Amino acid sequence: MKLEDEIVRRQRARARILALLLGGFVVLVFFITIAKTGMNR
Amino acid sequence: MPAIELTNPAALPADWRDILALTKPRVMSLVVFSGLCGLLVAPAMPPLVLGFTAILCIALGAGACGALNQWYEADIDAKMRRTAKRPLPAGRMDRQSALHFGVGLAFFSVLLMGLATNWLAAALLAVSILFYVLVYTVWLKPRTAQNIVIGGAAGAFPPLIGWVAATGHVSALPLLLFAIIFLWTPPHFWALSLFVRSDYAAAGIPMLPVVAGVPSTRRQIFLYSLPMAAAAIAPWILGLTGLVYGASAAVLSGVFLILAARVLVSRASEPAEMAAEKKLFAYSVFYLFALFAILVADRWLAA
Repeated sequence: MKLEDEIVRRQRARARILALLLGGFVVLVFFITIAKTGMNR
Repeated sequence: MPAIELTNPAALPADWRDILALTKPRVMSLVVFSGLCGLLVAPAMPPLVLGFTAILCIALGAGACGALNQWYEADIDAKMRRTAKRPLPAGRMDRQSALHFGVGLAFFSVLLMGLATNWLAAALLAVSILFYVLVYTVWLKPRTAQNIVIGGAAGAFPPLIGWVAATGHVSALPLLLFAIIFLWTPPHFWALSLFVRSDYAAAGIPMLPVVAGVPSTRRQIFLYSLPMAAAAIAPWILGLTGLVYGASAAVLSGVFLILAARVLVSRASEPAEMAAEKKLFAYSVFYLFALFAILVADRWLAA
């Protein structure tokens, strides 16, 4: 395996995980907002 | 497939598994569990998503502590068998990335906790992170044999944070949970340090067996187990929990004291012979899990 291939493999793996985490964070913030709005009624 | 030949593996972008290892996932599990118990025994239950977020923030805060601890102690970790294969001492990651990751995670966890639950819980989370990193890791650990005694406070915060995230205020029961973990930490870590003391000595960390000797450490383990057992039973004596917890805490603490007494009378000098010390260390982990799980069950039975 070339060094460039290994760098790309690691960057891709990290980018995928970061995308999943960011997506999860957006969903979490959405539900936090709903819950906080409900509590303040 | 030929292996990659690199003079400096840390020049590569870190593998995600190494980034995860920076957070010390196994340590995080006990922190998350105690934080969850603090949340579950609170009289007010927040909406599920806010409770989940509070626990997530405690986990992320613990992960930040692990990353910053490994960043600061990379040189020490390289000298100990138990820690030499971690990402930084093994050279699989550069220190600056670990520092950025740890600081970023710490800020994120505190901010999210404040926005999702309340700012008192966020402040306690911030204090616990700063206490662990600055007071324990940087100040006490390399300087004094009492590092574990005072530094144990950092690990005692999670149930208090969980309770405050749910209720918005501090009261007697979460303070007792704080006291239980605070007093549990010295016997737990000193039992470990007895059979890995050569590692600590090689790294120049002044753990009690290295500085004061093995017999003194055995005495201290037993002496600290006594107030720990008293703190464990105190919630029942003060009427904050029911008989299920009180009886269980008495039995669990009694077994702890018996195992601590065995360590006290043990004459083993080589790690391979230290069966009593290893047994106490393993039991101490089970003890805390069981005590907190029974506390939650007791409160739910009473509800």
